[in-house]
Amino acid sequence: MNEAVIQVRNFSHYYGRNCSLKNLNFDVYPHEILGIIGPARSGKSTFLACLNRLADLVPGSRIEGKILIDGQDIFRPEVDVVALRRKIGMVFATPVPLPMSIYENIVYGVRLLGDNDRKELDTIVEDSLQKAGLWNEVKDRLKTSALKLSGGQQQRLCIARILALKPDYILLDEPTSGLDPISTMKIEDSLRLLKKDYTIILVTNNTKQAARIADRTAFFLMGELVEIDETPVLFTRPADKRTEAYLEGKFG
Amino acid sequence: MLLRPKTEEKIAQAFMYFFTSVAVLVLLFILAVILKNGVPQLSLEFLTRNPADMGREGGIFSTVVATIFLTFIALLVATPLGVGTAIYLTEYTIEGRLTRIIRFGADCLAGIPSIIFGLFGFILFVNKLKFGWSILSGGLTLAFMVLPTIIRTSEEAIKSVPPAYRLVSFSLGSTRWQTITRVVLPSALPGIVTGIILSIGRSIGETAAVIFTAGSALRMPSSLFSSSRTMSVHFYILAKEGVSMPKAYGTAAVLVIAILIINILTYYLMEKYIRRKL
Repeated sequence: MNEAVIQVRNFSHYYGRNCSLKNLNFDVYPHEILGIIGPARSGKSTFLACLNRLADLVPGSRIEGKILIDGQDIFRPEVDVVALRRKIGMVFATPVPLPMSIYENIVYGVRLLGDNDRKELDTIVEDSLQKAGLWNEVKDRLKTSALKLSGGQQQRLCIARILALKPDYILLDEPTSGLDPISTMKIEDSLRLLKKDYTIILVTNNTKQAARIADRTAFFLMGELVEIDETPVLFTRPADKRTEAYLEGKFG
Repeated sequence: MLLRPKTEEKIAQAFMYFFTSVAVLVLLFILAVILKNGVPQLSLEFLTRNPADMGREGGIFSTVVATIFLTFIALLVATPLGVGTAIYLTEYTIEGRLTRIIRFGADCLAGIPSIIFGLFGFILFVNKLKFGWSILSGGLTLAFMVLPTIIRTSEEAIKSVPPAYRLVSFSLGSTRWQTITRVVLPSALPGIVTGIILSIGRSIGETAAVIFTAGSALRMPSSLFSSSRTMSVHFYILAKEGVSMPKAYGTAAVLVIAILIINILTYYLMEKYIRRKL
């Protein structure tokens, strides 16, 4: 196995006095899809929000321990948070197209750097939409509002918007929770292709989804990492009774 | 006595219908009186000639110009101050004692009678800063008067922008300021513009605050420091001193029609702008 690209070490997170993540220790390897499963309020989303430091925006958010990404501790004061977030794309549970055209949504992050070369932007838009599997559906209406797309298309647009920034990591927070099975399948197909170029962390409420596409799966429960293993192992021979109970639908 | 729910429903409906009609009728009545008496006075000459003989003769051109200048200055000052305050309150602070105090202050400011603003402007701008009775003093006074309206409407507009937009924008690597200028303000624009229109309406119609600060000279204003008479002050003087009721009605009609046109035009522009965006 390759060198770990994300190393979580004795990491805890608090919202005010409430401990939302307790002493996590695990690694993420390049070009894998790491699934994170667990019941509601188990800290899955908070963990993602810590990785790109969106958790900073919540008042009272506080951490202990370290997360190293590419060998760099992301919580050190000298870290450029804006650069970090560009490197780590995030897809949210509800697709959130910004209220502008499809084209402008894709180039939003690129334009922030002051990059305005028309030809370059056009290439980025086509590339990103191709990779997200949306190009053929929208190529004739790039200038129309992104809000007019269907839910599944909007979510693929959100993925394309991240790819436009050429990130190294993609975080997905229950990306298919509001989508129909066909849209879900399309997104899972894109993710399988994308892991060649990116390292992907997928938080999902749907354990079957993790079983389908995650290389390894982690089970979170009340802020603790109960177990992390190769997906087939975790699903067939879980080491912990709680994992087994969750997978069998006994709680959660 | 107990009523059957159906009967109760009918009676309630009748009452609501009655109340709504009264509200609409009052508006129509005012419009009808002013337009009936005022419109016959209107002509190109009335709009383009300066008042003569204390307003008994001639038109109202200089008062139209003064009104436009005053309103323009008021909004030029109040818009950046108000929108800036709203952005600070919503985007840069955590809801707490400080924001509550600022918001309470803005609400109090909104409740102060306009004549008090006039007195304040008279003391500060006219006397202390020695701007005299002038377009500048009047404009600045109006700016402070409409400031709370702009703050509160902008604040509501900014607050109604979905928080998810900000989260997405941050996650794509934008700074706070980029998020505000590229996502939040464009989405909040219709609401902010509505606040500005309300303020234009209030500025054009304001009399008490203006008479103390811009004065009532009937000359054509020639600089920021000329004393001048706005349309509403002109109307007040014509009517109160019995100079000329027909001219007073004519002025009132121009005021009412101007406000109507501004409202219609802005709603049209907003509609068009939003359609284009989405």
